[in-house]
Amino acid sequence: MTRMTFAEAARRALAEEMRRDPLVWALGEDLVQGGIFGQYKGLAEEFGTDRIVSTPISESTIMGAGLGAALCGTRPVVEMRIADFTLCAMDELVSQIAKVRYMFGGQGRAALVVRMPQGMWRNSAAQHSQCLEAWLTHIPGLVVAAPGTPADAAGLLKSAVRSDDPVVLMEPKNLWTAEGEVMEEIAPIPFGVARHAAQGDALTVVTWSAMVPVVEQAARESGIACDVFDLRSLWPWDEAAVIASARRTGRLLVVHEAVTVSGFGAEVVARVVEALGPGGLRAVERLGSPRAPVPFSPPLEDSIRLSPARVADAIRRVAAVGA
Amino acid sequence: MSSASNETARRVAMLRDMARIRAFEREAVAAMRSGEAPGVVHPSIGQEGVAVGVCANLRRADRITSTHRGHGHAIAKGADARAMMLELHGRAGGSCGGKGGSMHIADFAVGMLGANGVVGAGIPIACGAAQAIRLTKEDAIVACFFGDGAVNRGPFLEGMNWAALYRLPVLFVCEDNGFAAFTRNSAVTAGGGPAVRAEACGVPATAVDGEDVLSVDAVAAELVARIRGGGGPQFLHAKCYRWEGHTGTDAAGYRPAEEAAAARGRDCIRRLAALLDPEEVAAVEAEAAAEMAGHRAAAMAAPWPDPGAAFTDVQDAGAPA
Repeated sequence: MTRMTFAEAARRALAEEMRRDPLVWALGEDLVQGGIFGQYKGLAEEFGTDRIVSTPISESTIMGAGLGAALCGTRPVVEMRIADFTLCAMDELVSQIAKVRYMFGGQGRAALVVRMPQGMWRNSAAQHSQCLEAWLTHIPGLVVAAPGTPADAAGLLKSAVRSDDPVVLMEPKNLWTAEGEVMEEIAPIPFGVARHAAQGDALTVVTWSAMVPVVEQAARESGIACDVFDLRSLWPWDEAAVIASARRTGRLLVVHEAVTVSGFGAEVVARVVEALGPGGLRAVERLGSPRAPVPFSPPLEDSIRLSPARVADAIRRVAAVGA
Repeated sequence: MSSASNETARRVAMLRDMARIRAFEREAVAAMRSGEAPGVVHPSIGQEGVAVGVCANLRRADRITSTHRGHGHAIAKGADARAMMLELHGRAGGSCGGKGGSMHIADFAVGMLGANGVVGAGIPIACGAAQAIRLTKEDAIVACFFGDGAVNRGPFLEGMNWAALYRLPVLFVCEDNGFAAFTRNSAVTAGGGPAVRAEACGVPATAVDGEDVLSVDAVAAELVARIRGGGGPQFLHAKCYRWEGHTGTDAAGYRPAEEAAAARGRDCIRRLAALLDPEEVAAVEAEAAAEMAGHRAAAMAAPWPDPGAAFTDVQDAGAPA
């Protein structure tokens, strides 16, 4: 095991995939300079500017060219810079990439990765801070992964590059510099398998992405025996593990950075209730952002941000119901 | 064969392709109007000379991207017309197993990377296909068809700049039929038009009479040669006219009847036929009509897809339960 940042783990994983498969290449803005978070640092020097391609600020064509390149047998890694900019390329992602295999009766595969770092990061305000994972889990054809640790960033990136499905990889902007232990040999992590981050009997806590370290800290500090799952991928997601845990604890808390309304937490809760029946849980809560844009000023942003203290309060609240 | 007989053979082949496209679309429109084919079709009748003149200069390994008005591009590129007819009837055995319909016909076996229901969406795809071709050192180019309506979409600007920037082997073919759906495109387009916009991004543009297949063939031959020689992208601005409405049910009441009648007088098929042996022309047209009538009958006789196929080819991980 080696301790490294999220960005370094992701960089190593991509470099290893590019060494393994000459058909893997990456395109996006400022990649030759290393990408805005350093996750491509040094790759242009190793692989050349035909495989690490810096592009114009042309989101539709970055995304659409990725598709054309995939249909001609290469495996592109499409870099969107940040998830908010994907909104300029939604036709290409939703109506082209996600649909081609189906629409053409299986003739073509969009075997590509779309990386879109998301969430709050250093007072970046309303257009650079959104969490939009629920939008993409709604789209048939897409795999959606949202790592919350350096090891998972690396392992999920490897799986994404090797997948024949289009994979949306939503890295948390706030965690690029966070450190964690990463295996010397980075193994691909299968989609749909949650990481069982903590074991306990009092309640089931489900989270992903930037909320992973926040929830882990809150669970430790709450003094409550939480059964914590880091979903790691949201489509497919580990329904079986979450349902089994919720059946055992009878209490479910879902924590995500995205707006609570119509967030992916709603899907998690709905599936658990469908599986356990309407009386299957003693307590259930979703904890996310209020339905407001992310503001700029630090105290304003902090009023939206989910802190370990706020998550710990929710843990105690859910654990107390019917106890 | 002498070069004269070679030239005649090439002309007959182009006539055959145009006649096959027209016969296909006549059958498709009739099937749509009778209700035999579900949904709508967007006929390219009158524009066949553009698809055929361009594709006469492409090889099997070359790729094309197409539009919602794409039957002609597919047939000209060598797609299986029987499978196409089954597809727009929604039948098993269609090009896409009945999942795509007229607007999403693709035939990857001949490099036809798909029609597209979104205007201009093929432009970025063509750019990426060309980048992959370069990366894998494949000997091929990409022809990207789109209409004049597409020049008002962002991906047009992005794609022109992108292709010129990376000097990609792409032939952009703007089929300028004068209409963006129900609206005359000149009424919603400022400035100097498609060619000026392409040239502003560094893509050399050449205008051609799209209703004269021999002109299209000659110009496309030159542009394709430049592209194959590493000269970067080229833009072909082909003026033509959409004889039918936007779809097979659109009576096109928004334009004067004389205008469409005049276009019929410039018929790309008749103009080429006038240069060929009338008996041979009649035989080619009769053969095309019989072929497509046969495909339509085959489509009506073909089984519907298994309803379970609605859930296949979605994705591997997280496939529908």
